Amino acid sequence: MKNPENVIEVRNLEINFHTYAGEVKAIRDVSFDLRKGETLAIVGESGSGKSVTTRSLMGLLAPNAEIKKGSIMFHGEDIIKKSEKDMQHIRGKDIAMIFQDPMTSLDPTMRIGMQIAEPLMKHKGLKKKEAIAQALEMLKLVGITNPEGRINDYPYQFSGGMRQRIVIAIALVCYPEVLIADEPTTALDVTIQAQILDLMKDLQNRIDTSIIFITHDLGVVAGMADRVAVMYAGKIVEYGTVDEIFFNPQHPYTWGLLNSMPTLDTEDGSLSAIPGTPPDLLEPPVGDAFAARSDYAMKIDTEQEPPFFKVSDTHYAATWLLHPDAPKVTPPAEIVRRQQKFAEMEMQRPEPPIKNATKE
Amino acid sequence: MRKYLLKRIFYLFLTLFIVATVTFFLMKLMPGTPLQNEAKLTASEKASILAQYGLDKPVWLQYFIYIGGIFKGSLGLSFQFSDQAVSYLIGSRMGPSMQLGGQALLVGVVLGIILGAIGAIRKDTWADRLATILSILGIAVPSFVLAILLQYYLGLKVQLFPVAGWSGFTYTILPTLALAASPLAETARFIRTDMVDVLSSDYIELAKAKGLSKFGIVYHHALRNSLIPMVTLIGPLAAALMTGSMVVENIFSVPGIGEQFVKSILVNDYPTIMGVTIFYSALLCLLLLLTDIVYGIIDPRIRLSGNGD
Repeated sequence: MKNPENVIEVRNLEINFHTYAGEVKAIRDVSFDLRKGETLAIVGESGSGKSVTTRSLMGLLAPNAEIKKGSIMFHGEDIIKKSEKDMQHIRGKDIAMIFQDPMTSLDPTMRIGMQIAEPLMKHKGLKKKEAIAQALEMLKLVGITNPEGRINDYPYQFSGGMRQRIVIAIALVCYPEVLIADEPTTALDVTIQAQILDLMKDLQNRIDTSIIFITHDLGVVAGMADRVAVMYAGKIVEYGTVDEIFFNPQHPYTWGLLNSMPTLDTEDGSLSAIPGTPPDLLEPPVGDAFAARSDYAMKIDTEQEPPFFKVSDTHYAATWLLHPDAPKVTPPAEIVRRQQKFAEMEMQRPEPPIKNATKE
Repeated sequence: MRKYLLKRIFYLFLTLFIVATVTFFLMKLMPGTPLQNEAKLTASEKASILAQYGLDKPVWLQYFIYIGGIFKGSLGLSFQFSDQAVSYLIGSRMGPSMQLGGQALLVGVVLGIILGAIGAIRKDTWADRLATILSILGIAVPSFVLAILLQYYLGLKVQLFPVAGWSGFTYTILPTLALAASPLAETARFIRTDMVDVLSSDYIELAKAKGLSKFGIVYHHALRNSLIPMVTLIGPLAAALMTGSMVVENIFSVPGIGEQFVKSILVNDYPTIMGVTIFYSALLCLLLLLTDIVYGIIDPRIRLSGNGD
């Protein structure tokens, strides 16, 4: 958060999918900002709507998806209202994307140099030769050894980690303002994961791009993100700075997520899991969608949807537990430990950590 | 690569040898002799003619004589065209057959790819359904039925093209169309299925995320990837064309090998039957070998495994 300027502002986004079974309400009133130069992590389990949200930023929703409501402002213009042709000029140039599986996201029959050069030829109008020359620079930047010798290789000649570097090179070759990374390390083994994350951080500094990082892996979030938004059942249930979400979580779902993550402090051998399954979004439950799985659910959770309660200037959570009239509950032991740590951190900090006013 | 090629060529000859053997004995099982229609000949005359062609010897001996001839590079002499070499017969009739087959394959595959691609890109629209109906028709209607229909409507009624014969390009159009229908339909069906698959793959998603236009995505990414498996289809398609061409050549009186083949079966012209069969088999084997080589050129992953280990 070097600069409070917003690159993308998503407001009240609602997306439905038309299926044979009916209308699936995949995204239900989602709002968030992406600031210049920051990394915003969107966390949640499968089906929570992380990917759908970011795909709507690219205009790459499935044909059976329909944006019911809301706006996505980018450079003062609403992306939702743009034509496919206009979106083609934004995709890959201003907003780029890294996909989950590097093994399948490269065209197996095209030399990687050409695959990296393609966006340059499309968006910058470069000739093939110039574009390939820049692609070579990009290969160097993403850490491919012997790039001159490898630029004419095909994807199958690279390992998974190397392929993800190439995918990153494709995404960043036009120096996009926004990079959407959809679980970019999920398909890689742990040591490679760390390398790719380091590379992304390094490139973010060089290119000065904002990153939306989608993941279900909180361990990855801790090292990558400036801010975190937690999604559940098509909604954002809590958002704040990475410290606030990790050490002062307020929503029972965030507790559940953190509780099911192994830490160095985890003493007994077993990890806890969140019981139950996410709700059916054909008929989203009334009230707090997490209530059915929550140990802390109250009567009101099944009747009325909780609004966002302010925890700090940067930290909001949608749970009735934060209502002044709500009974005081004790979170799981692990969360209490985290909150104590957070209190210590706050004590040591000379001044409040972040001064940015977050619009609700 | 060379080792691989040598191995393949060895198998090619082995295949041809087996084909020749099986055909030879099957042919001998056919009823009748080359002289069955020559009622005027006396028994002793028949015997002397049979002896002249070596047909009085035991079948196994005839077989060895024939195979021996092949190893010396001779396919024997035709019975029906007084002592013309079979190789000469095939050679002189190859031109029209190859021209028809080539034209039909070209027309069929090119139109088929276009039709299939339209079906895949416009999936579940009227264009897709029309393409599907056309390909079902193309597969269901045999080439000889189509040949007669074309002959009747475009040849006789509208008089757009000559009905039959072989003197100039216009004469090739109707038989080409009749032959092209089946490969066209097969190709369209194949490409559609394949491209629907390719279009939903991750690298197409990435191509979209690059901001490429629809046309750019299809042309640069989808088409090439869909065409790779298509290459395997071309060998069998060409083979189907060969058998199809036999009947179609007859209908349009095209002086090709197919027409010759049908005739030679009717009159028990053993050397011609054998010769044409071996020729067709060799052609098919070569096509399949070519397919594999081309496959390696298009798909870089196969090239390596052929090269390295």
